Amino acid sequence: MDHSFSIHKRLVVPALLLPVWFVVYHFLQPATDWFIDKLLVLPAGSHFTETLRFFIFELPKVLLLLVLIIFFVGIIRSYFSPEKTRKALEGKSLFAGNIMAASLGIVTPFCSCSAIPLFLGFVEAGIPVGVTFSFLIASPMINEVAVVLLFGLFGWKTTAIYIITGLIIAIVAGWIIGKLKLEKWVQDWVFQARFGNEDAETTKVSFSDRLNSGYNAVREIVGKIWIYVAAGIAVGAGVHGYVPQDFMASLMGKSAWYSVPISVIIGVPMYSNAAGIIPIVSVLIEKGASLGTSLAFMMAVIGLSLPEMIILKKVLKLPFIITFAAILASGIVMIGYLFNIIF
Amino acid sequence: MEIKILGTGCPKCRSLEKLTRDVVEKEGLDAEVIKVEDIQEIMKYHVMVTPALVVNENVEMKGRVPSVAELKQVLSKYNTTV
Repeated sequence: MDHSFSIHKRLVVPALLLPVWFVVYHFLQPATDWFIDKLLVLPAGSHFTETLRFFIFELPKVLLLLVLIIFFVGIIRSYFSPEKTRKALEGKSLFAGNIMAASLGIVTPFCSCSAIPLFLGFVEAGIPVGVTFSFLIASPMINEVAVVLLFGLFGWKTTAIYIITGLIIAIVAGWIIGKLKLEKWVQDWVFQARFGNEDAETTKVSFSDRLNSGYNAVREIVGKIWIYVAAGIAVGAGVHGYVPQDFMASLMGKSAWYSVPISVIIGVPMYSNAAGIIPIVSVLIEKGASLGTSLAFMMAVIGLSLPEMIILKKVLKLPFIITFAAILASGIVMIGYLFNIIF
Repeated sequence: MEIKILGTGCPKCRSLEKLTRDVVEKEGLDAEVIKVEDIQEIMKYHVMVTPALVVNENVEMKGRVPSVAELKQVLSKYNTTV
């Protein structure tokens, strides 16, 4: 965004685009059907037609949702910062602290490459390691991209289930880490180092700047992930059109009891971002994979990543990392079984 | 001026370093660009999100990569030659 871009333009542009957005979103399905059936006159129901229909409808739909929601998330996030979150968490008791840390993990702008400085900053302020971990678990697991994709491809119910169970896992896992007193497995220099504390920023941020954060978030996030979304939906479209119904039932269905732990084991080393994996999983459900197994797989891919654990090695000793991964993985497996039983 | 890029090696840190070097070169600024990767060194600047841009020991920006225009504006505050 150019600096000459005035506040009026910043307000007028989204105000004009919003109705356009709703019209496009509303007519996407009929427009896709018209394009496929009337314009291209493709035979309805054939593998190729349904693959194309899926892709042409789902990709713009998901991109529209991403742009809209990430714009607003960008604005909301400008009200939060790791410094403010740290201040809010100081002196909180263990369980209440875990709940707050997990919730703030959703809204605080934070990328997993900042995990180490954030960890050190929290520990320095006297925030218990268990509370810090609730934040570190919730933040990547419940990120805006995952939530938008879940909403677009699975519907609001599954999205709500994902967010609530993700929060519960982050709260409980952090609480257990706190109870186990794993501080002894934090690298020794961490508690000796003193960096001094900095207060939360008090500078006034204008609403114009906040709108700018919204634009920047869209440019930065959608600009980076659209290609993964397109690839994920392309694979999903192929599976949707060509893979027979119930193909996944024996592999990822409810009756395959071993599917949940195996999904988690396969999911952990996969460092795919949510953008690529969710469209594929959404189609697997259509082909007979059960919700619990799919949920467990997605959580393992998104929330438990091997590279992040290797980064954490700088501040945590190996037994800590193994315990952390084990707690998180068992939590995810339990959630998987729970939803396979319920649904 | 002395410019430090604080970052442990994430993609954003690399793009901030590249952007800064480009701007310094294009604008002909009298500046030394240093990449700081040591975590203990980074923590001395009280930043919890990387990358961060430090000019003459002042933390000017953290957690994001600015636009070229914004970066120019920040650096121009320190540019005494113009």
